Amino acid sequence: MVRGNTPAERLARLGFAVAVGSGFAIMVGPIILVLWLSFFSNAILSLPPDGYSLRWYQSILGQKQFINGFMLSLEVAIFATFGGLLVSLPASFALSRFAFPGREAVLQLLMSPLTVPGIVIGSALYLAFIQFEIATDIPAAGSLWGLGFGHMLVTIPWCVRLLTANLVGVDPAIEEAAQSLGARPLATAFKVTLPMVWPGLVAAALFAFVVSFGNLEISLFLIAPGQTTLPIAILQYLEWKIDPTIAVVSTIQIAVIGTGLLVTDRFVSLTKVV
Amino acid sequence: MATVALDGITKRYGDVVAVDNVSLDVAEGEFVALLGPSGCGKTTTLRMISGFADVSAGSIRIDGRDVTAEPPYRRNIGVVFQNYALFPHLTVFENVAFGLRRRRIPAADIASRVARALDLVKLGEFAARMPRQLSGGQQQRVAIARALVIEPDLLLLDEPLSNLDAKLRHAVRQEMRRLQQMLGITTIMVTHDQDEAMAMGDRLVVMNGGRIQQIGTPQQLYRNPANLFVASFIGQANVLTGTPQADGAGFVLPSGLAIACTRSVAGAARLMIRPEALELVPSGTAGRNICSGTVSLVTYLGPFCEVTVDLIGGETLMVQIASDHPTAWAAGQSVGVRIDPAAGAGLPPE
Repeated sequence: MVRGNTPAERLARLGFAVAVGSGFAIMVGPIILVLWLSFFSNAILSLPPDGYSLRWYQSILGQKQFINGFMLSLEVAIFATFGGLLVSLPASFALSRFAFPGREAVLQLLMSPLTVPGIVIGSALYLAFIQFEIATDIPAAGSLWGLGFGHMLVTIPWCVRLLTANLVGVDPAIEEAAQSLGARPLATAFKVTLPMVWPGLVAAALFAFVVSFGNLEISLFLIAPGQTTLPIAILQYLEWKIDPTIAVVSTIQIAVIGTGLLVTDRFVSLTKVV
Repeated sequence: MATVALDGITKRYGDVVAVDNVSLDVAEGEFVALLGPSGCGKTTTLRMISGFADVSAGSIRIDGRDVTAEPPYRRNIGVVFQNYALFPHLTVFENVAFGLRRRRIPAADIASRVARALDLVKLGEFAARMPRQLSGGQQQRVAIARALVIEPDLLLLDEPLSNLDAKLRHAVRQEMRRLQQMLGITTIMVTHDQDEAMAMGDRLVVMNGGRIQQIGTPQQLYRNPANLFVASFIGQANVLTGTPQADGAGFVLPSGLAIACTRSVAGAARLMIRPEALELVPSGTAGRNICSGTVSLVTYLGPFCEVTVDLIGGETLMVQIASDHPTAWAAGQSVGVRIDPAAGAGLPPE
């Protein structure tokens, strides 16, 4: 913080306050707006509202596509989170502990879902799944595991990033101490290393969940006919109507993710891991 | 408790030889200090003994058992790391219990053995604390208890005192030595600090450039350094270049001055004399082994003074005298330096 009372210093302080304030406004503004809109009583969104009501909250319970979409998104996100961690954890161990030929290439490969557009991943997976189905007769495109696998791909970069950052911070001497006390490599990993990177693991799971839960592009290609994830349900609804239902759905989504963050924060201080 | 035998162990990293053909026998219950400047290979040697570094050539035997190819978790060696390396997510009790749990010891025995180990390092009441709630000195005692509770064949200490402040260091080194002698556990310590090594070690191993320079008791190394490196690394040394007399009973400086030596200096290229073996006498004093010169510097160091004397022949001698010496020597004064004939030690050509 700038100290002092000359005009320039006071101006600097003001500028700082404005920058921080507008930063928060840009982030929080849309969320507040969505919350507000969800209570509007009129069917066509307009300002100022005609009045306030909870009728959109009631009506959503009767709209199956949102309920089903929410459940499917939840299933897929849980699948993708566990799958992503299962791949990322051993990979991050190897990347942070050993210098092996092709290490950079492996890292880039695991990171690539971040740089390749989601539409490209989705369409490429769809084509690959069709070929896979033709070759093996095992249904892939449109199956739950196919969708989960696609989502898993986008969770991996986040998991690897967070886990390697945490693993690099573990003093190798602590792992050596465990070994000198008789712990085999696997016992060392489970009894010492993993507990030490626990906050990073929780953060990785959280990011993976959020990234998967909100994913639209990959789901569009891999979803079975007649099924929808929550983002797809929202998109489809928006093609025909603009009423506060969408705001209600978004509010619920924000509440779910927000609750997840708060609960996680009880166990692991999030400011320390992100 | 066990004997340790290193037989020609070598560590190569590509073309670089970090440890070169190191052989050492450690007796049961002995405390050996590996001593040398940073990069001399002492830490790599310790890492090979503990199993954290592979051996490029040679073998390591503990109690006759060849452990060269054994992984660290099967060597039964207690290691105290420089930064203690406590498990930050476990309590003091669980830190100490870790090795016992890996050995599948019954819970009741674990409780009593951990309690005994913590009592040994006087941390009995701290069992429930987390490592971060302890001071550096307490953390180190936990690390020692953790290493000792598994009843290792061998205890390895990696720069155990370097993270403690100066006052604590003095107390801890006596405490560690007492504990080691009480338990009679074979111990190898790595340090760069010669005071530490001399205070704690039964024997010292001085290393430089990946090789052992000399192995001996602190007295042997101080009195009879094997070469110039050991002479200058252990304690303060005056080193004079010259030639030995044919019978080895004297050493002749280039100025022609001959210094009588009771210990033979045959074959030596240099003569080493410790500063406390020199005595300042008034200028013009007659007698054996007295050289004349001029005081160039007097440094007061509390219990003693270091007086630098430029000899007439061109050499410089550092003389250590008691601070309460009756004569107050000052720079510029002419003076005589009496050399104790028993003090000179010959050093071989490099």
